[in-house]
Amino acid sequence: MQIDIDHIARLARVALSPEEKELFARQLSSILEFAANLQKVETNDIPPTAHAIPMKNVLRDDQAVPCENVEAILANAPDEASHMFRVPKILE
Amino acid sequence: MNNKTAHELHTLLTEKKISSVELTTAVLARIDQVEEKVKAFVTLTKDEALKQARAADERLKSGENITPLTGIPIAVKDNMCTQGLRTTCSSNILANYLPPYDATVVTKLKAAGAVIIGKTNLDEFAMGSSTENSAFHPTHNPWDVKTVPGGSSGGSAAAVAASEAILATGSDTGGSIRQPASFCGVVGLKPTYGRVSRYGLVAFASSLDQIGPLTKDVTDAAIMMNLLAGHDPKDSTSVDLPVPDYRQALVGDVKNVRIGVIKELMGTGIEPEVKDAIKAAVNKLAELGAKITEVSLPSFEYAVATYYLIAPAEASSNLARYDGVKFGLRTKGDKDLITMYSNTRQAGFGPEVKRRIMLGTYALSAGYYDAYYLKALKVRTVIKRDFEKAFKDCDVLLSPTAPTVAFKLGAKTADPLSMYLSDIATIPVNLAGLPALSLPCGFAGNLPIGLQVIGQAFKEEALFRVSFAYEQNTEWHKKTAAL
Repeated sequence: MQIDIDHIARLARVALSPEEKELFARQLSSILEFAANLQKVETNDIPPTAHAIPMKNVLRDDQAVPCENVEAILANAPDEASHMFRVPKILE
Repeated sequence: MNNKTAHELHTLLTEKKISSVELTTAVLARIDQVEEKVKAFVTLTKDEALKQARAADERLKSGENITPLTGIPIAVKDNMCTQGLRTTCSSNILANYLPPYDATVVTKLKAAGAVIIGKTNLDEFAMGSSTENSAFHPTHNPWDVKTVPGGSSGGSAAAVAASEAILATGSDTGGSIRQPASFCGVVGLKPTYGRVSRYGLVAFASSLDQIGPLTKDVTDAAIMMNLLAGHDPKDSTSVDLPVPDYRQALVGDVKNVRIGVIKELMGTGIEPEVKDAIKAAVNKLAELGAKITEVSLPSFEYAVATYYLIAPAEASSNLARYDGVKFGLRTKGDKDLITMYSNTRQAGFGPEVKRRIMLGTYALSAGYYDAYYLKALKVRTVIKRDFEKAFKDCDVLLSPTAPTVAFKLGAKTADPLSMYLSDIATIPVNLAGLPALSLPCGFAGNLPIGLQVIGQAFKEEALFRVSFAYEQNTEWHKKTAAL
């Protein structure tokens, strides 16, 4: 099975070295070949299960509550200024 | 005294025969003695643990608000948030992360007066079956330090087996509590999906993840579940059902309990010594009055493939948050945002995490979604229905927890698929959201074998009943690893 590893890595936002590309392309191919076994299972009238236990929407009142640990949260940020997260430029 | 169970120690603590400070000191001394060989912990919190032990002793002295966990040293898997205490998921991308809040299970442990002694090692982001995928160091099995402790909760299982902790928390997405429990000769329970709050558990695959206990015996697992189970408004998937007193299920009797032995997990691919131990356990339960039948769940053949599409798909989405912006690692000097994301993720994630993110991305990508992800969700339904059918005539199902005993370090790291197959017996349970418990049922050489008991959703009591009766009529749980 051929995988466009550059395309997948780009979608996943992971840079890969040439060695990683070679290794992952080979390993993902063999895992996907194994996964292709699922095609043997007849599922025409079978609905998909995303959650094994029945789930329902959980709603709460739309009420603003104070955030009391802003400093502890921002202390984890790689780059922060004026209570905001700073990132490299996003526009040319 | 660190060899004892929590319920034995609780008696000693309340009778004032020992103090929590003495107990905690004994556990810390044991860690000093053996941790170099086991390497179960990522972070130790000696000073804070002694502070918590002193507070527990005050509580015990006052005689008020004492719980079965008050003063008991516990280890917490390092994918559960602890406020102000490094929570790494054994990943370089979170190596310096200080959570601004506690996971709900941690809040509950602290409120109960448990003494948190440290954070345990795991496969990075709980992705793995040997704890070799930790970015920091592998953990070693206390029964034979040349073998793996299983994974991903290998640090927690090894810590309990080595008496470096009395109890531990684990999380289980495809077997990550039960398989290490099996390899390390301890008890491990994956509760029903939704039984325990996942708030503050770093997400891997959200429709499969569940937190549970790793303990020295079945009674301790029931005690921990009494505390951990219950609805949490902070986790919308936690279920609002009353929590029974699980200790009531520890009656020591299995008369007329209907037990199904899973045919597909007693055939090829299961080591002969493991199979023999399970057969002997089944005979013991029959002797105790249980009604044994063989059941067939033909879809199990497809469970591993189903899981390795669904879990990576969910992981690829959950791990999108590690982008170098709000917390965690960021690579320096990248000129634009996308390059920063990609380089940060390359530097921060290990090979197994990258493999699963890409596998999941592939399964969800345009042109492949129906053939892989949607197909897997449909086969998941088939597996769930096979369980429902089996439970029409059975109260619990039995199988080996793992097809083998602990394997040598490095034996499976080169071939991801062979590693994935070590979860063949545990994965179907997560796909169906069911509870299952692993307990010791024998040895191959000096390495423990685990018996898996699977129950119906929200009927953990049946697991406790069968496991406790078996345990009380065997001696396996009394054996300890000679380190």
